Amino acid sequence: MGKKTLVPLGPYHPLLEEPEFFKLYCDGEIVKEVIWETGYNHRGIEKLCQSKTFEQVFYVVERICGICSTSHPFAYANAVESIPGVEIPERAKYIRSIVGELERVHSHLLWVGLAGHFLGYNTVFMWAWKYREPVLDMFEIITGNRNSYAMFTIGGVRRDISPEQAAQLLKVLDEVERKTTLLVGAVMDDPVIHARLKGVGILTAEDIHDFGAVGPTARASGVDIDVRRDDPYAAYDMIDWKVITANDGDVFAKAEVRLLEMYESISIIKQCLEALKKTEAGDIKVKVKEIPPGIGIGHAEAPRGEVFHFVKSDGGNSPVRHKIRAPSFTCIPTFRRSCVGGTISDAAIATAAVDPCYCCTERMSHVYDYTTGKHIMSAAELIKLSQEKTKNLKAKLKV
Amino acid sequence: MGFKEKCFKKSLWVFHMSAGSCNNCDIEILDCLTPKFDIERFGMKLVGSIRHADVLLVTGIVTRKLLPRIKEVYDQAPKPIVVIAIGACACTGGMFKDSYTFKGPLDTVIPVDAYVPGCPPKPEAMLAGVVKFLNKK
Ligand code: SF4
Repeated sequence: MGKKTLVPLGPYHPLLEEPEFFKLYCDGEIVKEVIWETGYNHRGIEKLCQSKTFEQVFYVVERICGICSTSHPFAYANAVESIPGVEIPERAKYIRSIVGELERVHSHLLWVGLAGHFLGYNTVFMWAWKYREPVLDMFEIITGNRNSYAMFTIGGVRRDISPEQAAQLLKVLDEVERKTTLLVGAVMDDPVIHARLKGVGILTAEDIHDFGAVGPTARASGVDIDVRRDDPYAAYDMIDWKVITANDGDVFAKAEVRLLEMYESISIIKQCLEALKKTEAGDIKVKVKEIPPGIGIGHAEAPRGEVFHFVKSDGGNSPVRHKIRAPSFTCIPTFRRSCVGGTISDAAIATAAVDPCYCCTERMSHVYDYTTGKHIMSAAELIKLSQEKTKNLKAKLKV
Repeated sequence: MGFKEKCFKKSLWVFHMSAGSCNNCDIEILDCLTPKFDIERFGMKLVGSIRHADVLLVTGIVTRKLLPRIKEVYDQAPKPIVVIAIGACACTGGMFKDSYTFKGPLDTVIPVDAYVPGCPPKPEAMLAGVVKFLNKK
């Protein structure tokens, strides 16, 4: 094998919205190895949550990631409500599902746009983001903010959806559905997109199991998992919808899964809006006095896959431990299968295909000394350790 | 009118840097480019390298790991450069001010010319911030 060349991507790179660092080791055009360095965006959210009350945590977890800013509160609500075993009103369940699915629509549109941009189809980028705007406006009407909706609370939701808003939402959905059809046509029938995406960045079902990947990434490889169906929460078991899967595992299949999922989301929202009419307006919240000691586990299907939250309570007013796992945490390592063996020019779209979200995934790494169990964090301490090793060696070799 | 404002009367080239944000502010900045807001009609555009930029938009709290990189990016920028702190995180630290990785707010790290508060600020607010800065007497 020839010499390997290192192509660094990041931490600030035109391709990446977020500060991330990838090292691509290449032999000529072919990517041989991908190494991902994390931690730039780490904001210590789990620790921060432990200093907030159960109510306040909603607004912190919402800010883990701006794009899926309802899936984290969703999973957290499921976790916290499972401790006292609260049953939320039916209307609140429907509203939760509406917000969750609306978010999926805007997130998938965003992905289609970005994928188009990466491929050099800036028209698709502009189109998709233009069609996303009415969805954001709808969010502003329903929740009061374009992103970070602050909609959830323990025992229900904070705002009701009025019949006028519902009518408006229906109109926007019809429009988005038409535009989705247009986008589907633009993507599925374009010979260039076929040539660029088919057979690129393939992940087999085995790869998915090896890495534990979730969400559309897994579904595009024929792994039929979806938390909304497998462990229903909110209103997902009260309405009729289906899980979209594809079998090829390439980037094209992932695009297909996402585009078709948008139709499902739109249909879910429409059914929920219909069901809202049968429930009593204003009945959106039950009062939860306290969270008893115990542990709660909750998950939710974010646009990118399963979000998992673990909350431990000691009966006080804030969690004593809060653990979060976002879908990108298991999806990003699949780059080692999807990019390796392909060309550098395909690496961009193969990485973008899992819709990676780095702010969700950020971890901090601790280096610690096995013998003393002490944490070593700073560079100075590491250098000291290295120097000590040399000293010990010298003493051993008696030089 | 100050020196900086005089330098930036024509089309501004913008570089966006995330200093540990939640993506929301970043997405809203990108939103400014898309048909609804379309800042490109004013000749503004996002550029891929700080060396081409007139304006540096910074979002997010300054995290421990990014602190040296932010300084480095600022040093690489052609001067004069306008630095705008976008979002509550960059302005003050917002709800992350107690975090153990918080090393900001931004104006303690690099000089900041304008602040756009909000979580996230709407694209209109960002445009208004830039316009206000340029009209400053
Ligand atoms: S100001 Fe708000 S929206 Fe912007 S990066 Fe910070 S938390 Fe996210």
